Formats: sequence, structure tokens, C-alpha cells
Amino acid sequence: MPILTSPLSDESAFVAEQFDDIEQQRDAAKLGMWIFLATEVLFFGGLFLGYTVYRFTYGDVFIDASRRLSVLLGATNTAVLLISSLFMALAVRAAKLDQRRQLIRLLLGTALLGLVFMSIKTVEYHKDFVDHLVPGPHFEWSSKDPQNTELFFWIYFAMTGLHAIHVTVGIGVLLVLALLAWRGKFAKRNYNPVEIVGLYWHFVDIVWVFLFPLLYLVGHR
Amino acid sequence: MKTATEIDIKTEGQMARTHYLNVDLGLKSWLLTTDHKRIGILYLCTILIFFAIASVAAALMRLELLTPQGDLVTSATYNKLFTVHGVLMVWFFLIPSIPAVLGNFVLPMMIGARDVAFPKLNLFSWYLFVAGGALALWSLIRGGVDTGWTFYTPYSTTYANSHVILMAAGVFVAGFSSIITGLNFMTTTHKMRAPGLTWFRLPLFVWSLYATSLILVLATPVLAITLALMSVERFWGIGIFDPKLGGDPVLFQHLFWFYSHPAVYIMILPGMGVISELITCFSRKQIFGYGFVAAASMAIAILGFVVWGHHMFVSSQSVYAGMVFSILSFLVAIPSAIKVFNWTATLHKGSISFQTPMLYALGFIGLFTIGGMTGLFLATLAVDVHVHDSYFVIAHFHYIMVGGMVMAFMGGLHYWWPKITGRLYPEFAGKLAAMITFIGFNLTFFPQFILGYLGMPRRYHAYPPEFQLFNVLSTAGASILGIGYLLPLIYFLWSLKFGRVAGPNPWRATGLEWQTPSPPPKHNFKETPIVTGRPYAYSAQEDADLNLATV
Amino acid sequence: MDRFHLFPPQASSTAQQVDWIYFALTALTFLICAIVFLPIIFFAIKYRTGSTADRSNPRVESILIESGWTIVPLVIFIGLFGWGAIVYFHIERPPRDALQVQVVGKQWMWKLQHAEGKSEINELHVPVGRAVTLTMTSQDVIHSFFVPAFRVKQDVVPGRYTSEWFKPTQPGEYHIFCAQYCGTHHSGMIGRVVVMEPIDYEQWLSTGQSTESIALAGERLFRERGCSGCHSLNSKFHAPLLEGVFGKPAPLEGGDIVTADERYMRDSILLPGKEIAKGYQNIMPTYTGQFSEEEIMQLIAYLKSIGNQNPPNESK
Repeated sequence: MPILTSPLSDESAFVAEQFDDIEQQRDAAKLGMWIFLATEVLFFGGLFLGYTVYRFTYGDVFIDASRRLSVLLGATNTAVLLISSLFMALAVRAAKLDQRRQLIRLLLGTALLGLVFMSIKTVEYHKDFVDHLVPGPHFEWSSKDPQNTELFFWIYFAMTGLHAIHVTVGIGVLLVLALLAWRGKFAKRNYNPVEIVGLYWHFVDIVWVFLFPLLYLVGHR
Repeated sequence: MKTATEIDIKTEGQMARTHYLNVDLGLKSWLLTTDHKRIGILYLCTILIFFAIASVAAALMRLELLTPQGDLVTSATYNKLFTVHGVLMVWFFLIPSIPAVLGNFVLPMMIGARDVAFPKLNLFSWYLFVAGGALALWSLIRGGVDTGWTFYTPYSTTYANSHVILMAAGVFVAGFSSIITGLNFMTTTHKMRAPGLTWFRLPLFVWSLYATSLILVLATPVLAITLALMSVERFWGIGIFDPKLGGDPVLFQHLFWFYSHPAVYIMILPGMGVISELITCFSRKQIFGYGFVAAASMAIAILGFVVWGHHMFVSSQSVYAGMVFSILSFLVAIPSAIKVFNWTATLHKGSISFQTPMLYALGFIGLFTIGGMTGLFLATLAVDVHVHDSYFVIAHFHYIMVGGMVMAFMGGLHYWWPKITGRLYPEFAGKLAAMITFIGFNLTFFPQFILGYLGMPRRYHAYPPEFQLFNVLSTAGASILGIGYLLPLIYFLWSLKFGRVAGPNPWRATGLEWQTPSPPPKHNFKETPIVTGRPYAYSAQEDADLNLATV
Repeated sequence: MDRFHLFPPQASSTAQQVDWIYFALTALTFLICAIVFLPIIFFAIKYRTGSTADRSNPRVESILIESGWTIVPLVIFIGLFGWGAIVYFHIERPPRDALQVQVVGKQWMWKLQHAEGKSEINELHVPVGRAVTLTMTSQDVIHSFFVPAFRVKQDVVPGRYTSEWFKPTQPGEYHIFCAQYCGTHHSGMIGRVVVMEPIDYEQWLSTGQSTESIALAGERLFRERGCSGCHSLNSKFHAPLLEGVFGKPAPLEGGDIVTADERYMRDSILLPGKEIAKGYQNIMPTYTGQFSEEEIMQLIAYLKSIGNQNPPNESK
């Protein structure tokens, strides 16, 4: 992306040589991000399909296993991500309105909430580890059908793990964005990169909005 | 060696003094290039390495199959040979071939752009490809894989004693390379067309690359997840596909073929796009039914996503699912048929000449028609029960992928060679190689249809003696086919130094890529061209009246 | 079997039907190739550069022509689909009175057992003129039981039962191939079907060691391995009686009703908690690892044999 190489916050210096003008560059970047998100949908889709197949086959097992997940922590995380998406949307607005300080605050706020999400996730994973719910040699399950319960937890860790990787990457990108904002790279309404990262962050949020009920609320009476 | 007869050549001017090849010199300028043309060449060199390895594997297989007994290599080795042949040919040769080599080189120029939308991502995609290839080669060096390119479970997850995860990792990484290429091409086509270049004025090669990119972007992630799931089960013993661990082996097949069927359309659509360019240029005629050909590309891409179950008619899939997939498979054949009829009709009232690219194009139409028709045999439920997993299937897909796609790749390579290098290949040698390839190909693969209906299963190292005659014919054909591929390697290299200088437009073709010098400058166009009309604005009448031959 | 062939023998009742479709498709292929290749050759000659053919006003589009060559193939294809589907339906539906043979595939051999008990390895003796149904499973990876002469093939999948049937129409010996890659000696997992005259078959069946029928073997296992400890009258454990169960609808806890077929029986033995019979609790232990695939098939054969009996009167 050209903003990483040009030293000045002069608008014409932002246009990469393959593009005719800033409009074309912005449009291309946005379309590129949408297509990338489409590939991510298909990527997660494979895991969602696996979940669906096994939920259909081993419904009771899934219900029992799901009860071991903390609905409180999961719901908190859902709220955390939703608020972070709000911050992100406001950050895009701030960039559009050339409000540098506000932009930096909101970007850092989004990243911070991302970190909160990861912290809560870490607490959950740690508890699962201590409770011997992590699939592998140390997995223990005392009631019926440990084999398929292990499968549930495998799907749980795979889906939330893949999601967590995406959140982590997102946090990194947000911090870089905040740094660039501090250096003035998004002045004069060059808000496009912020908007594109916003798209990514909203996608990560939406994936969680699906994951939470499917994994945590299955056992909810 | 003469490059062409004097009366044929219409090359004006010389090679450009400064062009994309000599503007920056040195290894670093190549390894850090963001020029789509150089990246296309990087891909060309890399895929040739994998093509060579996979061809050697095929040669060894065909040698083994000369005799009914398994006497050349052990069973385990044979199984590794057909696996490496499939994995390398599919993922490391065919899928990148036309898109990443010819598409990278030609697409931006065809639409009047200076480069693709994301040049640095383009370079990154090549590095991912190399990294994936390195992992695959490492798996080979460590001893190879014997699961077949289809990695069916539970054999691959629980029973195989070979380096499955390493190979799967290589394919996984290379998959991201194709996703990025597809993303780049789609964005480029949407956003970077020259002024006046509306969608329906685009060359059909661009349409076919767009349809291919749609598949690359949507199908490949599913492959990535499937390979990851398979590797997790293999490494950690977690039951997803192995019934002994509570899994479902047929689920793997659904996930795998959901990607791999669309993948085979990745391995033919770009070839069809090239054929549209060649047929129009060498018959000096507007394509017949432009709108239908463009729409057919999109229809193939979309319908290709809903037919995967035709690989699973005898897998224990339900009879009703089989019927749904069968009718849909018949439907997806229709747009391909439409294209073949449109190409044929294009020849009517044209002014047809038979340079090497045209020979490959005509060969494509013949072999693709046969290959496509044999696909109907496989779509027909009752017949597929008999020929599934037999040499009939092998013959079918080689007719499409080799008789079709590879011929199209060769045709396109010959056609755009003067643009890429500034020089012409030797025409007589080109024609000779095209004909040797055509003959060798048919001799190799036609007998396999007969073998398949007789009942010879695939992936067989040894076979009953009554199958020997056709196996011998097939191996004989393969040796001829090999010569057909070696010749271009030799004369293309030769042409780099000694080939006739081509000038900007040796074929007098329409198309923006021919409005640049050969080889083109780094940024393709001095000024962005403006497009005012349809593509393929040839006039056969004019051409014939002036009694001109094309080059 | 060693004579040179161009075409496999037609040795089953469905082989000819399949071959008719094959011939029709081959004829269609020749026709389409002619429709495409002949014009190409004709145009290539007539309109070659330098010829004096009339090239004025070439047509470059025609909705009528496009519709024509879209709709005509579409109609033909739908017809072909229908024909193939009908024959396929027939191929997939075994007749009721077929001889039953159990097949277990494993790397790299076929184990077959006739209902009367006689076992074979890599060979299948059958009488001509009678339908035979194979019920198959794998002990390890996916295999596929393929008899080209009969035009039948079916994947043999671990963890489930698949079946195929055929009716041999010609005495002789025919190849069996494994048609799903299964590892090192995949190409060695072959055998032969020996189709005999009915009299010879009866004689073959009765020679050799006397064997108990599969169903009797199953009954023996049912007793010896402890199943009857719970699944009988006067057992102190409340377990369903299994007379009259096989093949009938089986109501489950939770409201579903499934058919008590081979799959249900097998799962009940290996994964008893998966589908609990209505009115019972989940107290049956799993027998995973306790029975070989052949033994499970024998048990199921026994349960099939009592499938039409009435359960003995229970005093509740």
C-alpha cells in the first residue's frame, strides 16, 4: 500500500503508479477487501459445514458439551466485539472528517477491546485446559460418548482459534493504523485504508456473532 | 534454422531499445519486481520445473504399464508416482499455467492498464507459490506421498505411511497463491479498464480469466480447510473422517470435491479464452456470438459449483442425490457445447491461415469436443457405475486437461511469444511439434477409453494380461507426446537468441496488447489508450482481397 | 479370461441395458464430432487465405442459431439423463429374493461368506440365473467391489454397510477388482466370480467342511458373548427383546422413528447410546472392539432371521 512508502501527507503522492487517480485506487482497494472477505467466508464455511454435519448427527452430545462453556464469558466477549465495531465505525467517520486525535483514540480503543476479547478468550482456554477439555492426549470426559464430545471441543477450538488468529491480526493492523494516523498519513481525508480495515474488523465481528450462539447457546435450556 | 518463409513475415521495425526485460538488470530486480510481465515469466520458469518432474513420473508409470506384471518399480513406488504426477500437474502446473503466466502477462495490457491492481500482492503470490512448491518437493525428497492427489480418508489420515501432511501443507500454501491471483485479476478487471472499454467490449480472454478468478477465490478456501482438517486428524488423531474415531469418510469426499470440481473448470476456462483469441486472429474474423461465449464462461463457473457429487455416485451417497448431480452435470455441459459451436461458426467466411497457434487452437477444439462428450458418459448414472474409477475417467480428463488446456497453453505461448520476447519462434518447428503432440496425445489416451470400459481400474500397478495391447499403444503414444513437448522447449530457448525479430504486431491482431512495442516497456503504454469499438474488428474480406497472408 | 477383448463380456441381467446407453452415447459422440469436425475441415479449406470464396457480410450473431444449438443438446441431454437414471434405479434396487452374501474388504483381500456359512477369499461362487445381493463393509479404508462383466461397482466403506446386486446370466469366470485406491497392494486386491450351473453350485456349496449358516453363527455369538443375558425374557436388566424388530419401524426416545435395518443394528451394537429405544434407558455397554466385522454381520443375520417372529410374552 502506497501510504507505507510515501513520506508526505500530500494527496498526489498517495496514488500508486498503476492507478490513474486516487478514486481508482480507493475503489480498487475496497473491492479487493470485499473479495478477500468473500474468500474468508468460504474458508470459515468449511468449518461451519463440519459443525452442522456433526451437530445434526450428535445433537445430544453437543448439548452436553456446550454446557461446559461459559455463557457469561462468551456473551461478554460478544458485547466487547460489538462495541469495538462501533468504535471502528466511529473511527472511519473520524477519518472522513479529518479528526486526527479522535481517529487515533478510536483506533486504539478498538484495538484495546480486541485485546480484552483475547484476554477473556485466554481465560476461557486456560480453564478448558485445566478442566481437561482440550482435545488430545489429556482429554477427559466422564459421561457418555467421550469420543464425540472430544469432536465438539475440537470444532470449538478450531473455530474460535481460527477466529482468534484473525482478531490478533486485526489488532496488529489497528495498531499500525494508529501509528500511521499519528504520523498524519490519513490527513486530507485519505480515509480509505481506515475504511478497508474497518470492513475486515466488522467481518471478524460478524463471524463471532455466528460462533457464539452455535457454540455456547446450544446447551442453553 | 529458418524462422519463417520470406513471404509470410510482416514484421516492421525492430526490437524496442528499452523494454521491461532490460530496463532493470540483475537478480534483485527480478526477485523484487512488481512488474506483472516479469512475474508472469517467473511463474513460467517455476511451473516448468514441476511439469518436468510430473512428466518424468508419468513416463515411469507408462513404462511400468508396458507389461502386465509390476516389474519396473515396487507397488509403493508406483503409488507415489501417480500421486506426485497428480499433485504437481494439478496444483503446480495446470492451475497456475494460463492464469499466472499468460494472464499475468497479457491481462493488464489487454485492458489498457499499466499493471494489475495490486502489484506487490502479485509478487507475494509468486513467493507463496514457490514456498508451496518447496514444501511439496521436500515431501518428495523425504520419500513422497502415496495417497493419490485426492487424499481420500481414512487412508490418508490413518493408514498411509508417507509424508502426507508435508505435501498437504505445500498445496495449502500454493492455494493462497491462487486466491491472491484471482483477487488481483477480479479487481483489475473491475476497476482498471481503459476509457471506453465497457464489459462487452472486453476480449473473451479477459472474460474467461474473470470467470476463472471467481472460482479461484470462492473454491480454493474450501480446499484449504479440507486439507487442514485432514492434517489435524492425521496428526492429532481427532475423529472427523475416520469412522473408527467417530468420523465420516464420505464427508471428506464432499468437502474435497466441492473444491476440486470447480478446480477442473479453473483448468479449462482460461484455455477456452485463449482459443477465442486465436480463432479470431487466424481466421481474421469477429467471433460468432460474443455475448453467448462470454455468458457461457460465467455459466460454466457458476454451474461448476453444484455438480461435485458426480464424483461420488458409488460412494454410498443416496440415489436421489445422485440423480440431482447427474442432471446438473448434463446442464454444465451445455455452455461448453455452445462455445465449441460458436468457434466453429467463427470460421465461416473467414480468411483462415494455419500458423502454429491456429494448429493448437484447432487441435483444442477437436480434442475438447471428444473429451467433453465423454464427460456425458460419466454424467450418465448407469454408465458411470461401470466406468467410475477406471481408465475411462483418466482418458476423459486427460482429453480435457492435456488435449484441451495444455494445447491452449501452447497455442497461447506461441501466439504471445513475440510480445513477451520480441522474437518469433521458428514456424516450421512449431507446426511440426504441434502435429507430433496431436498424434502422440491421441495414441496415448484414446486406447484408455477402451481399457476403461473393459474394466481396467485406475491406479493399478499391474493388470490382467488381456489389457496389455492397449497399454502398449498408450505407452507408445506417450513417448511421441514427450517429443512434442520437448521440441518447443528447445526451439523457444533457441529463439531467444536467434529468432526473427517480431516487431509490435506480427500477427496483425486487434487487441490493445498488440499496440505496444515488442517487448513492451515497463509500464506498457505511454498514454492510456481509449477504446471505441468491439474487439476482434477483423475483416476477412479485406484480408482476402489484398491476398495477404498473416505472418 | 485370457483371450484378447475389445469389450467386456455381458454376463449380467443389467449389463446389456448399460451397454445400450453406452452405444447410444458413443453414436452421439460420433455425431457431434461429425457436426463439429466436418464444418471445420470444410471451412478451413473453402475459406483458407488466398481462396476466392465469398466472404461478404459474414454473420456474427444469431439468437435463433444460438437458441437452436442450446435447446437441441438440452433436450438430448435430458433424455440421456432420464435413460441413465432409470437404469441406475434398477441397478440400485435389489430384488427381494436374492441370495445374500456378506463381504468384508480389508487391505488387500476380499472375505466373502454365503448365507449358508461357506466362506471364500477373493472368490465368489454363484449360480447362474439367480440374483445375488452383496452386503459389504470394510475393516479399514475405503475399497470398491467392481465386477466389469456385470457392470456393477460399489464403494465398500468402513463404519457402514453398502450393497450391490447382480443376476449372472452366463456361466464363466469374471474379474473382481478393487476400484477405490486403498494403499500399497490396491492392484493386487483382485479375484474372480465363478458363475456355475445351479446343480454345480449346490454341489459346491455342500462340499468342504460343514459350516454353520451365518444366522446360526450369529445365534451362537448372541448367546456366547452375553447378549442374551440382557436381551431375553426374565433378564433382570430391562432391555428390548429383539424378536420381530429387524426391518420394522423402531421408535426412539426423543420421538423419532427409524427403520431397524442393518445400519441401525450395527450402530446399536457399537454405539448403543446413539439411538435409545423408546421406553428404555442408556445402559447398554458398547461392544466396539469386541466383534470383528464378520461377527457383526453374523449377529445381524441372526437378528434378521428372528425379525418376523413374535416376541415371547413378557410378564411386566
